[in-house]
Amino acid sequence: MLTCKEFLHELNEFLDESVSAETRAELQRHVNECPNCFVIVDTTRKTLRVFKGVTEKAIPHDVHSRLMKALEKKMAAKAQPHAPPAQ
Amino acid sequence: MMRYDGGMAAMDPAPPAGAFDESVFVARARQGDAEAFNELVTHYERKIFRLAKHITQNDEDAEDVLQDAFLKAYEHLPDFQGQSKFYTWIVRIAVNESLMKLRKRKSDRTVPLDEPLETGEDTVIREIAVWDDDPERKYSREELANILDEAVQGLRPAFRTVFVLRDIEELSTEETAEALGISIPAVKSRLLRARLQLREKLTRLFKRKGDDVFAYM
Ligand SMILES: [Zn+2]
Repeated sequence: MLTCKEFLHELNEFLDESVSAETRAELQRHVNECPNCFVIVDTTRKTLRVFKGVTEKAIPHDVHSRLMKALEKKMAAKAQPHAPPAQ
Repeated sequence: MMRYDGGMAAMDPAPPAGAFDESVFVARARQGDAEAFNELVTHYERKIFRLAKHITQNDEDAEDVLQDAFLKAYEHLPDFQGQSKFYTWIVRIAVNESLMKLRKRKSDRTVPLDEPLETGEDTVIREIAVWDDDPERKYSREELANILDEAVQGLRPAFRTVFVLRDIEELSTEETAEALGISIPAVKSRLLRARLQLREKLTRLFKRKGDDVFAYM
């Protein structure tokens, strides 16, 4: 059986399912037989899940309008080749 | 073994990335359609702002990055080959701008962003305890968001940027390596360290009371 160290080295590959079926089975065997690594896998999965579950906050309104204004200026400058370049 | 599939319904996850077909807007924007470019901006500005905030950890810098990234993208749109996604491209621009801010701000301190490759084997695991309940149920959305922000901010920049790109912005390993100018093995080893460190921090907060904490490895 793999040691915990060997297993943890492959933890991401195991979580992301980016290993061959054979390697995966070997890693799964370790998880089934090692309570510590079982908990580590479970809590790492939950860690990733909570991060994935959080949607990005809305951007502050003034930040958005300053961005659009800066873009507008840039686009206007581009539309008139004789105008001095923006910035 | 239990399986989890992404966020819980109660967290109101963002629509799948496929729902917005950026290529239509990119093509129109390349032909000079300002409206189409604005659509792209409106669609991605939140992600880019969040990404910049995560890396720079500063609202003002994040706003600068946001503006500079989209202005640069507009400027260089004719050079955009369309082989990679526009999203990946704008992320790469924003990452570079963010790292520049970080380097500038921290130039008097030593915060190496390109730390030597580490294997992840020396990551300490102390907390081996099951979680009490789903944190999504225990905390309000806002509380949880703050907890997670704080946890990410506690990571070193080299780990933080990789985690943000891979696990928050959901770039592939290859795209992350490209955006950061580091090797694929470096992305993998930093991601492992980042995930384990975050797991450690969150377990300290979310573990079931009374469970033993013991040293390991
Ligand atoms: Zn083990």
